[in-house]
Amino acid sequence: MDELPIRSGDDVVRVRQQVRTTAAENGLSLVDQTKLVTAASELARNTLVHGGGGTARVEVVKSANGRKGVKLHFTDEGPGIADIGLALTDGWTTGTGLGLGLSGARRLVDEFDLSSEPGSGTRVMVVKWSR
Amino acid sequence: METVPILKIGLTLFVSIQIDLQDESVIQLQEDLANELAVTGARGVLIDITGVEIVDSFIGRMLSTIGSISRLFDAETVIVGMRPAVAITLTELGLSLSGVRTALNAEKGLKILNGKSRPDG
Repeated sequence: MDELPIRSGDDVVRVRQQVRTTAAENGLSLVDQTKLVTAASELARNTLVHGGGGTARVEVVKSANGRKGVKLHFTDEGPGIADIGLALTDGWTTGTGLGLGLSGARRLVDEFDLSSEPGSGTRVMVVKWSR
Repeated sequence: METVPILKIGLTLFVSIQIDLQDESVIQLQEDLANELAVTGARGVLIDITGVEIVDSFIGRMLSTIGSISRLFDAETVIVGMRPAVAITLTELGLSLSGVRTALNAEKGLKILNGKSRPDG
């Protein structure tokens, strides 16, 4: 599916809209759509603010037992995260927020995978399954 | 960037957010409201979020900040019209919107503010 650039606040809004449309078309409930779009908003902002911009990819996936889901990938070439465990702690912040961005996004989705190394950017993958 | 209009009716500033909020728009709204409060001496701010599809941690923090700023101008902030899905998501996210009151709809929100802004009150 389409790769969306994340270079500005407008792009973050476009990513949210794309996620909303895909989630609605693939059977996610209104609450699950809202959770996924909110998580996408947190992650897209991280890509923009901490990663210096990057891309988002929205994908429809199917589980082994036939459930549909929406998978999102966020990729940046920014400075990366030195301590992922710390970054995923509630309240841990670089100073610009409440520190709920990453940890909150993780709570809102069904699957969450973050890989990052200092100097080599950050990749986040999340999935929300239809019920 | 789209901006959110502010209406003054009596001693209350009304804001109805009808756009897909980006961070810059929320920051602008915060500044506009502070200016309006300083100029008009309004005693209440009513923010209608019926049209808001998501409140993430940034937007949530900005709504709390608006509440804190209003208090410095002796005004109270009430947020009305939160969608059920937004309320569930906010709670799971860990946000409590401290510093602002919430009410079910604009009518109830206005009642809270009018209780406060009565001149003899």
